[in-house]
Amino acid sequence: MSTKIYFDHAATTPVRKEVLDTMLPYFTQSFGNPSSVYDIARKNKQVIDQAREQIAQGVGASPEEIFFTAGGTESDNWAIKGVIEANAKKGNHIITSTIEHHAVMHTCDYLESKGIEVTYLPVDEYGRVSPEDVRGAIKDNTVLITIMFANNEIGTLQPIKEIGAIAKEKGVLFHTDAVQAVGHIPIHVKDLNIDLLSMSGHKLYGPKGIGALYVRKGVKIKPILHGGAQERNRRAGTENVSGIVGFGKAMELAVKEMDTHNQKLIALRDQLIRGIAEKIDHVQLNGHPTERLPGSVNFTFEFIEGESLLLLLDMKGIFASSGSACTSGSLDPSHVLLAIGLPHEKAHGSLRITLGMENTAEEVEYLLEVLPPIVQRLREMSPLYEEYIKNQKR
Amino acid sequence: MYSEKVMDHFMNPRNVGEIEEASGVGTVGNAKCGDIMKVYLKIEDNIVIDAKFKTFGCGAAVATSSMATELVIGKTIQDAVRITNKAVMEALDGLPAVKVHCSCLAEEALQAALWDYAQKHDIKIEGLKPPKEGDDHHDHGAEEEEK
Repeated sequence: MSTKIYFDHAATTPVRKEVLDTMLPYFTQSFGNPSSVYDIARKNKQVIDQAREQIAQGVGASPEEIFFTAGGTESDNWAIKGVIEANAKKGNHIITSTIEHHAVMHTCDYLESKGIEVTYLPVDEYGRVSPEDVRGAIKDNTVLITIMFANNEIGTLQPIKEIGAIAKEKGVLFHTDAVQAVGHIPIHVKDLNIDLLSMSGHKLYGPKGIGALYVRKGVKIKPILHGGAQERNRRAGTENVSGIVGFGKAMELAVKEMDTHNQKLIALRDQLIRGIAEKIDHVQLNGHPTERLPGSVNFTFEFIEGESLLLLLDMKGIFASSGSACTSGSLDPSHVLLAIGLPHEKAHGSLRITLGMENTAEEVEYLLEVLPPIVQRLREMSPLYEEYIKNQKR
Repeated sequence: MYSEKVMDHFMNPRNVGEIEEASGVGTVGNAKCGDIMKVYLKIEDNIVIDAKFKTFGCGAAVATSSMATELVIGKTIQDAVRITNKAVMEALDGLPAVKVHCSCLAEEALQAALWDYAQKHDIKIEGLKPPKEGDDHHDHGAEEEEK
């Protein structure tokens, strides 16, 4: 069987043909170092600025507020470490949540080990932080609030506007890891009072190894990479020209086609959510029922374990994930699923399907056809299911 | 990441099920770690004549349970006690480092079932230790994390 259905767009996306085409000249023809003075190099400075403009427009920022990085992880590290270092006189307290991506969570853990104070706010059953909790956690020494825009595992959207308003009112900087949201849902950093925002190219049909950090004009931040004068002395290192060009193009297309894509994605997502809930019992949708990313579906299937489920789906040509792809090498259940209150055995039994623009209703139907027997098969093998059935009979 | 043998035993697990009136039953692991194995043994005249299992867990957990039951059928009790996680692993052509604990769990499940049998029949099997109580922290081996 040659079915191959990619349902893991939150992990990464394929590079769009139009994006690849804009990148190719910068590998072999216009390969010059943008810092050089001769013609083929100088032009590359201009294409970088053009991409900067595309990125800025995509999030409602000014081009001079966009700094290119090597990806979402670097952007998160830079935003948090850079702001903490630059604002040491103001204080040493960070407010974050318990469902952040590891790039934020482990950066905060690291800073905590260096003596920085960190408050990890809990989330509700849908994975949402309460803006009032944010307000209550702000102290005199609070420098930074870092709360993600949309969760990579369960797709829940955070009340970013409310948090932004509180941060502004209290004079605390607000960073958001928007890697899953940028290019997928409308974002306007000025309207939302966001001071720093992390993004990544490969989550929106751009290349891997390129990202950006939006830093609002006037925000104090120290560089974390020292070296050349690139990115206006804020981020050293020869620019990844092809990556930057590709990222810019991907952003332009994503924003232009957002409405059309989302109409389709939301229809597919809801078809899948309804289908699973109808066809399989003892399941639970993880994340918020409506305040969620257009292509994101996450279910817990009771009595079974996620990796087995993924292997059997793989056999049917379906590529999905269980929890975050980042935790696949680890055996601990996802911290996000535990944070929304799932017990361990349910957290182990989760399946994440993240849809993308190339997916079709037929593919969703195919998944809905093959999934119920796979779940049943694993349940028949499960001692937890056996126990449940025996208790039912009593 | 898995050998063909592991995939075969995961896709076509041998001896899945329960044994009514089993001679010995052993359950090890816990939901917290994401794997639970339950092994049923039927023992007659000192020989394991049948074995079945039920497993909640990853591909390796299912495959090691399947292989462990295959290895134990036909063995004398004395030989059954000596089935190690290494033997299970070798029979499966190896396991990824992060999944070695599954083979340990398979060994423990066999031993727990044999212990149950020994307790019920008030016999002593040489080399058999009682199952660990409250196995909350069984060894997961080297855990690696991908970004």
